[in-house]
Amino acid sequence: MHPSLTGLLVAGAAVGAATVLGLLWRARDGRVRPASGTAPHVLAGLGVEPGGPVTLLQFSSLYCAPCRVARAVCADVAASVRGVRHVEVDADRHLDAARELHVRRTPTVLVVDAAGNVVGRAVGAPSRDAVLAAVTDAGRLPR
Amino acid sequence: MTLDPRGPRFAAVVTSVVLIAVLVTGSGWLALAQTLVFAMGAASARYAPYGVAYRRFIAPRLEPPAEREAAEPVRFAQGVGFVFLAVATVGYLAGATVVGIVATALALVAAFLNAAFGFCLGCELYLLGRRIAQTSRRTS
Repeated sequence: MHPSLTGLLVAGAAVGAATVLGLLWRARDGRVRPASGTAPHVLAGLGVEPGGPVTLLQFSSLYCAPCRVARAVCADVAASVRGVRHVEVDADRHLDAARELHVRRTPTVLVVDAAGNVVGRAVGAPSRDAVLAAVTDAGRLPR
Repeated sequence: MTLDPRGPRFAAVVTSVVLIAVLVTGSGWLALAQTLVFAMGAASARYAPYGVAYRRFIAPRLEPPAEREAAEPVRFAQGVGFVFLAVATVGYLAGATVVGIVATALALVAAFLNAAFGFCLGCELYLLGRRIAQTSRRTS
């Protein structure tokens, strides 16, 4: 096969592969998915005590542009819905907690209910509507 | 230093076009040119050639950005691109065309992801790398 034809085919394959990856990433990014599990000590170490209100626990890192988007969304929801608070921690400073809570990318937002259970998880900056729906599901909130 | 996020996005579009041209022409010299572009981008966001073109010709026609982003992950990503294209250049120029094609194709996947979807693989690697470095520092 002529090199340039091979190159053309490879270029097409690379663009195709990147498109599939990009679409998969876009479908998952920022989606608040149901989660289960709890780690009371880890959460307490980050200032999330059981019995408190619903907490949006955000893991961020320096230099992370979508973290700022996530911060704005979570802070907005916390300010507008009673019983919701927003706690943001630096994942790099809480590596052990990040590992315990299976945080691999920043931003990751965990929705923690009043009982201290992690009931939702969003990797990437979530939309305001998605966060609102998640905190409503987390329960006992005045609608 | 912080960047208008549309600058690296523009650079990713140009990079994607150049990498497709490298694959189609099989030109080691074009691969070398892109390698140098990556090297300059990794050395300093200020002198990244496509970034300079963006600031000079495109940014003045646009509204100022709503947000700016940190330059470090972008520079790191350019460094990753440099490694891949350096390998590709050596491959093409030394006659190991398969090496050139594979390395260029991998760089194209990353550049196209950034251009079309705004997802910067190299930037994610930077954050991951920082975390790993920190973990090993702590355990050593």
